[in-house]
Amino acid sequence: MIYLELFLTFLRIGAFSFGGGYGMISLIREEALAHGWLTEDALLNMIAVAESTPGPIAVNMATFVGSSQGGVLGAAIATLGVVLPSFIIILIIAMALRGLMKYAGVKAFLGGIRPCVVGLILATAVTMLLSRVGGFGDLSTLREVGLTAPDLRGAVILVILALVALSIRKLTKKPVSPIFLILLSAVMGMILYVP
Amino acid sequence: MKSKTIPTLFFTMLKIGLFTFGGGYAMIALLENEFVTKRRWLEQEEFLDVAAIAESTPGPIAINSATYIGFKQAGILGSVVATLGMTLPSFCIIYAISLFFDAFLSLTAVACAFRGIQIAVLYLILSAGLRMLKKMEKTPFSWAVLLLTLIGMVTLTLLSVKLSTIVYILAGGVAGVALWLIRRLRHGKKGGEA
Repeated sequence: MIYLELFLTFLRIGAFSFGGGYGMISLIREEALAHGWLTEDALLNMIAVAESTPGPIAVNMATFVGSSQGGVLGAAIATLGVVLPSFIIILIIAMALRGLMKYAGVKAFLGGIRPCVVGLILATAVTMLLSRVGGFGDLSTLREVGLTAPDLRGAVILVILALVALSIRKLTKKPVSPIFLILLSAVMGMILYVP
Repeated sequence: MKSKTIPTLFFTMLKIGLFTFGGGYAMIALLENEFVTKRRWLEQEEFLDVAAIAESTPGPIAINSATYIGFKQAGILGSVVATLGMTLPSFCIIYAISLFFDAFLSLTAVACAFRGIQIAVLYLILSAGLRMLKKMEKTPFSWAVLLLTLIGMVTLTLLSVKLSTIVYILAGGVAGVALWLIRRLRHGKKGGEA
């Protein structure tokens, strides 16, 4: 039953993703790949769409995956699933546990989660880079398929993006807009990958 | 006055949901502008509390803040309306895009553009991680948790061993509590602030 599966999966994602949109990418990646809902490439495309449209990244991703698997009802159910844990937890805190965040034990728990989330995001970035650019292919079949040729054009795009982003930040003292980087990479993709 | 609160909540959240790009942190600035500066529904100090709670509870920061502010203004109904308002724009926009996205991708030029865009997304994920690393409080403990998670997850993924992200998160939390308990035992009663 795809609707129940979507609901429970996104409920889990909503309940265990700390640290905002990027914090949930590792969890969404793991679930979506395990269920066969998305490939590594499709996941990256989806994050790009989620980044370039307004609204919370998590809601965008839930709607997208839900729609691809179960139409408009699937989209609604996945979105409900991802929102529900936040909604309930916040209601409980707002109603009864205003001081919850001030307990030393809760602080200690969150203090352990925070560096863990940073590690998860960096690990996701590293594994996805190995998979998409480093020639590691789809990592779950790595042992059977083995390494393929690295994507040199991808590496070139990555280096140019990093140089552009860092120099703009140096010059303007402001972080670069993600949408600008997405547009720039789209242009480079059209030039470099054209068959 | 109260009767106006519900529609105002809904449309304000709808507006914020429709016009903020870049996820939760960008949204916090807009929420502050609307609810603290313009409408004065919240004091600055309470808003900082909301932001801290939204950041440290699981789930999207924008949804967490909307639920909290909605509840504070108009109870459960307020929280439902605020959360719905925040979610609706994304939902409609992404649903519409998802309908024609595959057809769009089947154009060669678009497919090539997205091959490039995938690289930008990788860059964005990496820089989000590095930004959070910069902001992280750096202690031997936080470095240990970070490196264990990073090395553990990359190694296990390359070995095709499946270990859920949830396990890492819970282990991190438990390690945090364990460290706090050990410190408390060592310093007697005084160690409340970890």
